[in-house]
Amino acid sequence: MSIFVDENTRVVVQGITGRDGSFHTRQMIAYGTRVVAGVTPGKGGRDFEGPEGRSVPVFDTVADAVAETGADASVVYVPPAFAASAIMEAADAGVSFIVCVTEGIPVLDMTRAHALARDRGSRVLGPNCPGIICPGKTTLGIIPGRMVTPGPVGLISRSGTLTYEAVHHLTRDGLGQTTCVGIGGDPLIGTSFVDCLSAFADDPQTEAVVMIGEIGGTAEQEAAEWVSANLSIPVVGFIAGRTAPPGKRMGHAGAIISGSAGTAAEKTRAFEDNGIRVARRPAEISVLVAEALGR
Amino acid sequence: MNLHEYQAKELFRAAGMAVNPGEVADNVQAVREIADRYGGGVVVKAQVHSGGRGKAGGVKLASGPDEAAAHAEAILGMEISGLTVEKVLVCPTEEIATEAYVGVLVDREGQCPVFMVSAEGGVDIEEVAATNPDAIHKLRVDPRYGLMPHQAYRLATRLYADPSLARQGARIISQLYDVFVGNGASMAEINPLISTTGGEVKAIDAKVSIDDNELFRRPSIGALRDSGSEDGADAQAREAGLSFVKLDGNVGCCVNGAGLAMATMDLVKYYGGDPANFLDIGGSSNPDKVVAALEIITSDPAVEVILFNIFGGITRCDDVARGIVEATERIDIGVPIVIRLTGTNEDLARQILADAGFTAGTSMDEVVQEAVRLAS
Repeated sequence: MSIFVDENTRVVVQGITGRDGSFHTRQMIAYGTRVVAGVTPGKGGRDFEGPEGRSVPVFDTVADAVAETGADASVVYVPPAFAASAIMEAADAGVSFIVCVTEGIPVLDMTRAHALARDRGSRVLGPNCPGIICPGKTTLGIIPGRMVTPGPVGLISRSGTLTYEAVHHLTRDGLGQTTCVGIGGDPLIGTSFVDCLSAFADDPQTEAVVMIGEIGGTAEQEAAEWVSANLSIPVVGFIAGRTAPPGKRMGHAGAIISGSAGTAAEKTRAFEDNGIRVARRPAEISVLVAEALGR
Repeated sequence: MNLHEYQAKELFRAAGMAVNPGEVADNVQAVREIADRYGGGVVVKAQVHSGGRGKAGGVKLASGPDEAAAHAEAILGMEISGLTVEKVLVCPTEEIATEAYVGVLVDREGQCPVFMVSAEGGVDIEEVAATNPDAIHKLRVDPRYGLMPHQAYRLATRLYADPSLARQGARIISQLYDVFVGNGASMAEINPLISTTGGEVKAIDAKVSIDDNELFRRPSIGALRDSGSEDGADAQAREAGLSFVKLDGNVGCCVNGAGLAMATMDLVKYYGGDPANFLDIGGSSNPDKVVAALEIITSDPAVEVILFNIFGGITRCDDVARGIVEATERIDIGVPIVIRLTGTNEDLARQILADAGFTAGTSMDEVVQEAVRLAS
């Protein structure tokens, strides 16, 4: 099984005619994602030409797209200035799962977008995230489909390319995935480690979970406590940023050590204290997963 | 982006806040003139992006113009946390009765602005948080309604028992929220917020950080950037759209993606080396970015080797390979380059690199070990 989305998920792409939106929409369709609609204000009524002659109707608003096509998930590829508003539009239109790939959205914009999404009962994944992929079923976002394969491992990560690195090793070592979720590198994200862990806990096909964290904030510590109290399947962790100096933003807006909080050492300790084995190198992640699964 | 105290105070004044007067100066003579104009005692404060200015000797009281000039002489040009003091702020001294702390920042957990206030101001608030957390009162603000008047008043009553002081405090707390939201700040702080012996409440210090993601729509704030206090490599990286952080080692790192970039630094350390920098070239593989990245890395004389670690997903390996080849034609690198490429179009990338005399590995572990070996 997969978490949050599956092969029946009906996707509307916000910003479908933009450079990134059009490229990744074609990739998603080619992978098998049911892209049922696109939205670009001012371009409603046209068709977006997907791969192999599959076209997607474009609407001016998300509400129109939902009314016409029954879309229940969206992917936002809208520039930072308008991305929070795009998330709010999707939540307001009743879209229940909203993936926001955009990086660089003002944090105060996101405080309002997250508040509205919570009120409307929508789950936001991201922003500043690579999205979610359920191998063999569907992909929402930008995670390349060819590096994943179906199997028993659930993966959750704050980073994009580090996710690819970990999945690359898992796939190569014959450890396929139920779902890989990039939760995003921003300080305010809609879906946390705990949200994903809780979904994986309810999925009988997920036999082990990989959690890839990084410096900044306390989400990993909260996740570690949750694992210890609630999860019976093994979890393998990795924390990026052991060599990061305090007070400096390491690329991701959320990756900053402030005061004594949010260091890699503290997160690693929280993982280990709660029975999560921590890989010291990215390549070691799949080794520990294989051991945990007795393979 | 951090603002200087004098810049933050201008934002406070623009919001109508009671702030102590002050003028900024970059030379001793100007400091003397300002002190002379104010008459009486003044405080001379280093304007530098660093905490602990007082402890470092960057904040001094003076009884008059001569002493103020002497302090300015010592403070201007002084180094605090590696930053040279170029400007000082000169303010008349105040008759202080109490010192409080008021700050607002974005709470990651609550996903909203959160106020923190404490009657124990004028000291490091992280220290108060560690030693006496009960002295700090917190209040989360719903961003849709903003800070409501009763909330501001309640916070103020945590600081002042006297009704007049509480009313003034509430007003300043509301104005601080206006500054925070109105300028796209990630943090705004008054430490200390004083009450005077004459019964006035006012801000005598100011600290504001602006969310970098807000700058595109706030050119007037962006213009406040003090490029003099910014390292040359940092400025170049910012202009090229690269995330860059200078470190102390000798293995220059060039990676796509922030998480992988951190993991690469960690792996350098794991194999006994020391990373010279964090550098994320981002998802784009524009050759100009690769050139800028190589220029920034090679401007650090400590760098003995340059390590590329590219996991092509959206980034196409062949684009990065072209960038590397182009950069090495345009600029003299002078140190060995080791390359790890895997993912999208890696075969083509390998061919491009081979034609230019480079080899590229596929294993992150092997290539990092090679870089560490070459650097030692």
